[in-house]
Amino acid sequence: MKLNIPFVSKLISFYYDGFRNMSAWGKKVWLIIIIKLFIIFALLRLFFFPDFLNRKFENDDQRSKYVLENLTNSNIADD
Amino acid sequence: MIEHIDVSVVDWSRAQFALTAIYHWIFVPLTLGLSFIIAMMETIYVRTGMEEWKKLTKFWMTLFGINFAIGIATGIILEFEFGTNWSNYSWFVGDIFGAPLAIEGILAFFLESTFVAVMFFGWNKVSKKFHLISTWLVAIGANLSALWILVANAWMQNPVGMVFNPDTARNEMVNFWAILFNPVAVDKFLHTIFSGFLLASIFVLGVSAWFMLKNREEWLSKRSILIAAVFGLASSLMVAFTGDSSARTIAEVQPVKFAAFEAYYDGSKNAELVAFGILKNSDKQIGDKKVKDFVFRIGIPGFLSVMTKGDKDAYVPGLNQLVIEGSDKGEYLSISQKMERGREARNALIKYKRAKMLNDKVEADVLLNEYFRNKKFNEDYFRYFGYAFLKAPEDAIPNVSVSFYSFHLMVILGFLFIVVCALSLLMLVRGTLMNNRWFLRIILISVPLVYIASESGWVLAEMGRQPWIIQDLMPVNVAVSQISAGSVMATFILFAVLFTALLIAEVSIMVKQIKTGPKQ
Repeated sequence: MKLNIPFVSKLISFYYDGFRNMSAWGKKVWLIIIIKLFIIFALLRLFFFPDFLNRKFENDDQRSKYVLENLTNSNIADD
Repeated sequence: MIEHIDVSVVDWSRAQFALTAIYHWIFVPLTLGLSFIIAMMETIYVRTGMEEWKKLTKFWMTLFGINFAIGIATGIILEFEFGTNWSNYSWFVGDIFGAPLAIEGILAFFLESTFVAVMFFGWNKVSKKFHLISTWLVAIGANLSALWILVANAWMQNPVGMVFNPDTARNEMVNFWAILFNPVAVDKFLHTIFSGFLLASIFVLGVSAWFMLKNREEWLSKRSILIAAVFGLASSLMVAFTGDSSARTIAEVQPVKFAAFEAYYDGSKNAELVAFGILKNSDKQIGDKKVKDFVFRIGIPGFLSVMTKGDKDAYVPGLNQLVIEGSDKGEYLSISQKMERGREARNALIKYKRAKMLNDKVEADVLLNEYFRNKKFNEDYFRYFGYAFLKAPEDAIPNVSVSFYSFHLMVILGFLFIVVCALSLLMLVRGTLMNNRWFLRIILISVPLVYIASESGWVLAEMGRQPWIIQDLMPVNVAVSQISAGSVMATFILFAVLFTALLIAEVSIMVKQIKTGPKQ
């Protein structure tokens, strides 16, 4: 596939100019977005929210067995 | 296994999910509605060529941008929580959420995020028409995003279009269209987006009223009020219409929830709808569970019968009938009967699991055919699987007070907003709005109230369906992961701090921009 250079260059300059000429509130909001995404993906996801079944088991067969065991052997906790 | 699960894990996980969802929902409805209001304003600008309309569009676009940016990705945390705190549920749901959420990601999110850039960076870079199309596409994309999330939520309220696979312990989608056109999904989507339109309209009215109170931006305020009042009035009527349809669907697919949000205990013909009421502790009981009863109420006789069955003489069962007594005519099962069926379904699963463990393929095949591949078994027994986990029928009753007050608060405020929108329009047309300072203040006060109404709707939807995470199939305490309550509590506090900081940031940046007003 042939890359349309003028279009790509226009696209890059579109975003470059957009970010460069951003208003004060826009810059502030972008800073908040970056901090927020860092907290969500780099801190919360990695350290606080591992996928329980993926961490505990190696494959789907083990995960199925575990959940099936919970569904068939459970005595529910009191509310 | 589950018997070792600490109840506080369930409570903290629920509290954490509620906190995240409530905060996330602060940002979403304004995006849904304001995007359309901006698109309408820009359409007028493109058609008339008047620079004032461009200025007006850009002002509201700034507020939209702040809300959009602060709110973005707050919903992703809910997905993290599914995997960590609700692992049994996540596994059991299987691929049901996969398709709707994948469509949401690919279609709606990219549509939205691509054209947001054109909306903000493209004013002098692309043609007026292309910019306008981008604005409309952002509005459509945002609302399409909501569609897929609401389809997933509706499936939890009324699971359809799937079969349970006992080998994998997962549900498998067999009918995508049944899931998409689930009556709960249709009602929920329409009710939610119209409520988002209404919330945004009240927001625009509120900010414009503030300008009028300050004797500023008269041209902007009047034009904004005109659009917001018309859009808000139409939306508020649609909210009432879809709310009525939604209630009728709930009465059919979640009758216990319906009876709970009406605090309707004893079934009758010519059933009364409570327009307003106050509940207090009483000796009244449903089975062994004490429930609150009315100390005061204003009711409309026959209205509940009309609302649910279209006939004022129709019989509407109350919590007593739905939970304890059941139907003499076999129209519905009591919770005890559902518990029996749920236990039979679970026993079938136990037998199948045992046959597989013993490698008895013949027996496993027989059980598969007799139960899990048998349509009648799935429709009459497995659909009540979750009831096997209840200890007593009363466990199926949600918190009546929370359900009742959240429902009635939402409805009362909903009617208030119809009046606010209608009067705003009327006074604007008559030219009396700017001098009616008391009414401008009421509009201003309506802004926090519309957020309360919007959140109340979700409190009702989610608290009213307790104890279920998936209606009739899985209660919350079976869905939860075996993790420590302490870790959930810690992340709860972390979220509370993070979201509060985000909310403060949003409000302060927004207030500053509103005070600054539209730029030349």
